[in-house]
Amino acid sequence: MDWSNWSEFLAMGGYGIYVWGSYLVTFACVIGEILLIFKRRRTLVKRYGQIFDANGEDTSYQDDKTAV
Amino acid sequence: MFFWIVQRDLLLAMRRRSDVLTTLFFFVIVVSLFPLSVGPEMNMLRMMAPGVVWVAALLASMLSLGRLFSNDYLDGTLEQMLLSSQSLSILVLGKALAHWLVTGVPLVLMAPVLGIQYDLPVDALFVLTTSLLLGTPVLSLIGAIGAALTLGLRGGGVLVSLLVLPLYIPVLIFGAGSVEADMAGLDYDAHLSLLGAFLLVSIVFAPWAAASSLRVSME
Amino acid sequence: MAINWYKYASPASFYSLAGRMIPFFAILAFGLLVAGLYIGFFVAPTDFQQGEAYRIIFIHVPAAWMSMFLYVVMALWAGIGLAFNTRLSSMMATAIAPTGAMFTFVALWTGSLWGKPMWGTWWVWDARLTSELILLFLYIGFMSLQAAIDDPRRADKAGAIIALVGVINIPIIYFSVQWWNTLHQGASVSVTQAPTMASTMLTGMMVMVFAAWMYAIAVILKRVRVIILERERHTAWVSELNERGAL
Repeated sequence: MDWSNWSEFLAMGGYGIYVWGSYLVTFACVIGEILLIFKRRRTLVKRYGQIFDANGEDTSYQDDKTAV
Repeated sequence: MFFWIVQRDLLLAMRRRSDVLTTLFFFVIVVSLFPLSVGPEMNMLRMMAPGVVWVAALLASMLSLGRLFSNDYLDGTLEQMLLSSQSLSILVLGKALAHWLVTGVPLVLMAPVLGIQYDLPVDALFVLTTSLLLGTPVLSLIGAIGAALTLGLRGGGVLVSLLVLPLYIPVLIFGAGSVEADMAGLDYDAHLSLLGAFLLVSIVFAPWAAASSLRVSME
Repeated sequence: MAINWYKYASPASFYSLAGRMIPFFAILAFGLLVAGLYIGFFVAPTDFQQGEAYRIIFIHVPAAWMSMFLYVVMALWAGIGLAFNTRLSSMMATAIAPTGAMFTFVALWTGSLWGKPMWGTWWVWDARLTSELILLFLYIGFMSLQAAIDDPRRADKAGAIIALVGVINIPIIYFSVQWWNTLHQGASVSVTQAPTMASTMLTGMMVMVFAAWMYAIAVILKRVRVIILERERHTAWVSELNERGAL
């Protein structure tokens, strides 16, 4: 282990901006991508609920893990 | 059939001469803008000349791609051509050749004049013209694929540039590179041979790819 | 174990299969990510040349590899879809593109942030960085073309043609950029002039590569499920799923 405390870890030997700038943007991209897919799916499921006008009101929001 | 297509497209282009001249003037204006934007220093201009002329040629040849198939598509001729027993690839090759004769050749002829504006030495002018002569047909052939794919789409003109410009990069590198190599006193044969190779490969594959694209777009 | 692969070529059965596979890959991706970050930040030593800045490698290299690999996989699926007229393969290609573009962007971003402390500039026209930039253009071209076409079948086929043309061009582009780069020396330093890497560094990097791989699979499957739903809205199985509230 190279770091004795938090501030040393955040400083990254003076390269903090570059290292954390890379990691933060990468994770923002990854999380953003996942959120976009979930949003796309939610709007789709909601619209289908209206189109089919079946008994899929609240249940249609269920997580996809429950899909067959 | 091949020559018939070429002849017909040339005839149509001659009826609308202003279109041809627009492309050429676009080329001239873009090249002339650079000295105004970076300053008239001759040493710098001489260094920039190959790149500027080549980029302008790329843009000019791309500008007119929209017309490659769209007129025939709108008046229904293209549909007839697809139904005919003739090979569609040959037809596309003919149309690409006509496109090159109408837009590429004027650029090639104009390039030495523009090179003089940039104070290029005589042998560099020769290399520039030769590289354009080998490279611009490749632009028309690759462009035909993009034009066929975007046929009839809204915003097709901008879209075609997104599709086609990245594919033009090797031609740009070796086209401009040949002139730079010559000015640096290096051998430029390899560049021109590679441009020739690109030309041969694209003559073989591009019409075929563009023909498949046309079929997809016309379904 | 005999699996009937053809069964899964139909969107309906693939939809449920993908739904069952996603948690597996997602958990794997998360586990590998945590392990990789742990090795990267707490086990791998400081590089004697680059100091701590080299730790960007743990995301830069996986992102760059995935960006190129995904383009090839995308072209492959698109090509299969074009050749055999299988809808699912084309949907896979469409689902891969945004993730590929995302990795390309991350590779460029991290490359730039790595370049600043190492060479003093945010951007160098290095052969690898330039090729990566052109790859981003190719992804954008593919996605814009598909977005501009309303008819899904035409979008599939047109996308397939541009993806295949792109994949043929990638080696040509790469070698011309390389040549161009060697002609204009002085402008560049090689990006991954890999410092002799300690084995823990290499381990960390490989773990992160697998994490990126698993993440890509999970997220692409997730996206392809949405695309399937969008395209198959008029089919019986979608409305049946909807009635059961199991969309």
